[in-house]
Amino acid sequence: MSQLSRLLMSGNEALALAATHAGITLGTGYPGTPSTEILENFSLLGGNAQWAPNEKVALEVGIGVAFAGGRSLVTMKHVGVNVAADPLFTAAYTGVTGALVLVAADDPGMASSQNEQDSRQYARAAAVPMLEPSDSQEAYDFLFTAIEISERWNIPVMFRMTTRVCHSKTVVHSRAVAQTAPTPHYERDLPHRVMIPAYARPAHRRLREKLRQIAEWCETSTLNRVSGGDDAKTGIIAAGIVFAHVREAAPNAPVLKLGMTHPLPYKAIRAFAESVERCVIIEDGDPYLEESIRAQGIAADTKQEMYRYGELSVQRVQRILNNDVSPEPAPVPGKPPQLCMGCPHRVAFSVLSRMGCIVSGDIGCYTLGVLPPFEGIDTCVCMGASIGVGLGLRHALPEDEARRVVSVIGDSTFVHSGLTGIVEMVYNKPSTGHLLIILDNGTTAMTGMQEHPGTGRKLDHSPGGKLNIEAMCAALGMERIHTVDPTEDPEAFERLVKECLASGEVELIVARKPCKLAEKRIASYEAAAAQPQECESNA
Amino acid sequence: MHDVVNVVLAGLGGQGVIKASDILAEAAFLAGFDVKKSEIHGMSQRGGSVASDVRYGREVHSPMIPRGQAHYLVILERTQVNANRAVLREDGLLITPDFIPYFEKENEDGTPTTDRRMLNVAMLGVLSAYLDIPEEHWLAAVKANVPVRALEANIKVFQTGRTVEQALAGTRG
Repeated sequence: MSQLSRLLMSGNEALALAATHAGITLGTGYPGTPSTEILENFSLLGGNAQWAPNEKVALEVGIGVAFAGGRSLVTMKHVGVNVAADPLFTAAYTGVTGALVLVAADDPGMASSQNEQDSRQYARAAAVPMLEPSDSQEAYDFLFTAIEISERWNIPVMFRMTTRVCHSKTVVHSRAVAQTAPTPHYERDLPHRVMIPAYARPAHRRLREKLRQIAEWCETSTLNRVSGGDDAKTGIIAAGIVFAHVREAAPNAPVLKLGMTHPLPYKAIRAFAESVERCVIIEDGDPYLEESIRAQGIAADTKQEMYRYGELSVQRVQRILNNDVSPEPAPVPGKPPQLCMGCPHRVAFSVLSRMGCIVSGDIGCYTLGVLPPFEGIDTCVCMGASIGVGLGLRHALPEDEARRVVSVIGDSTFVHSGLTGIVEMVYNKPSTGHLLIILDNGTTAMTGMQEHPGTGRKLDHSPGGKLNIEAMCAALGMERIHTVDPTEDPEAFERLVKECLASGEVELIVARKPCKLAEKRIASYEAAAAQPQECESNA
Repeated sequence: MHDVVNVVLAGLGGQGVIKASDILAEAAFLAGFDVKKSEIHGMSQRGGSVASDVRYGREVHSPMIPRGQAHYLVILERTQVNANRAVLREDGLLITPDFIPYFEKENEDGTPTTDRRMLNVAMLGVLSAYLDIPEEHWLAAVKANVPVRALEANIKVFQTGRTVEQALAGTRG
């Protein structure tokens, strides 16, 4: 039971509170800006939350919880959905017994991401419903609705957050009564759970029928509402954070705000478009609403191509409405982020840079090694790509260049997507060999120092099973493994890199030194783990 | 007072910009206003530029302050003025550490007289002299956002900033 209260909280905090009030059985995910704080806050509120090694595993665990009749919340950043796409598309076919809500946090403008892909395309492609909150209140309210939809139609539901909804703090009124989740139990149901072709064919038809029913329900749902002014000259269709910009940019315009962006309520949209002289669709990211709505033969103006890039704002909405495609004022550049002073990665990048290596990099703090003074990374594509891309370079380049190729990956990223890279490295060894450096700083630093299987601590920093990176790589067939602290003797580190590049074998250096920012915390978690009895007796 | 008050706080990662905007947002929230606060996280801990928007009033729509619409721009690090100046209204007030020269005084041995980590709260004290948020809510917001051991010192720098600025407010041009 919770009290109805007025709170000031971020969208991520509001989602976590809703997860608590809605009786989420298990929250799981992989850290990624801007989604990370959802599970952290859920855990702080007493929720059952855990990090998975990657988004695919997280979603699979979430599917299992929902198969068991529980309520599962799975969180990730937009690019995480790429990793989780395989289970997502078929979980849409199997459906679920309980609830499965997949939160995808998009990052239009790429405040902290490698691309600005639009998760609404996934909802359409996987054929699952999608809700889009525009502030913390809706992040809170819509989670209950997402669970209702998921349980009523036995279908996974996607939940699109964006950076500004995740991280902006706005006022939330929470519910007075918390819900209790149904007690999980197992019911055998082979045709709905085992996707062999004979069972998958009817499953696909069932899925489309569910979507048809949800679209019909959506036509009259309060998720979609008309608000704003009553000047029927211009009406605007918007969703998510863009709705907030629109209300401010055009206070007199009626606005059809879509809380559900897949499937779309086309009857309501057509009625709205016909009720105004000029209807304008304003959306961030891809022209998703534009293409969907226009394909129905509904006449509407849309944003100009230049506004596809970056996040929208009050001014940009005004410019879209005015068909203004003149150049926008360039922001004055601030101070870029950099590798912290005392960061152990600095040593590694100084050495690689000095040696003229071709560095196949990866996703994490160390991607900042691309900036001056190091300029020590040559490629960065996606989680885990450092190894495969590095191997590809080795296979294709002339020998003298191939010998300079080094793959560099962080510890959390390695656990996320690096294991199969090691297998490839051992299995299809390039003729010049290869060198992989795992920069193990003992934490998922970039997203705010989260735990991962390699730290041996769980999401709440309590002790958990520990993945031994060297033992695992050895088991995968990696024979030459060197573990060093690169900061202890940078010259010795440089000599080791040289030797590894000269050997013509596949070599692994684990450069291990805790993150400067995480050092003290890690020590305190270790101290706490050493005295478990004391904590328990206080509980 | 304006329908919506727009404040941008800016500085470098590690200076407590986000903490300061949390305190301001909470104080406005406790005073009963609608509040929205927004910034970009992620890279802020890596020493780069950080700016946070706080808006409060009867009803706030967008969490982001449009260019040229900030009534107050509070800068914790002088080098960050240029990167943020465009957000300020023509009649807006730029508040920099120059407003509190006493804060940067040093003892004879060169050590600071005040813990520099409290610059963010001291600057909020200055800002508070211009805003229609009762002092009790400011104090409650500071209390909710700083560790207990540092509370007394933070309250002190806040109140010094506030009272000195209240005396000087009419003289700023």
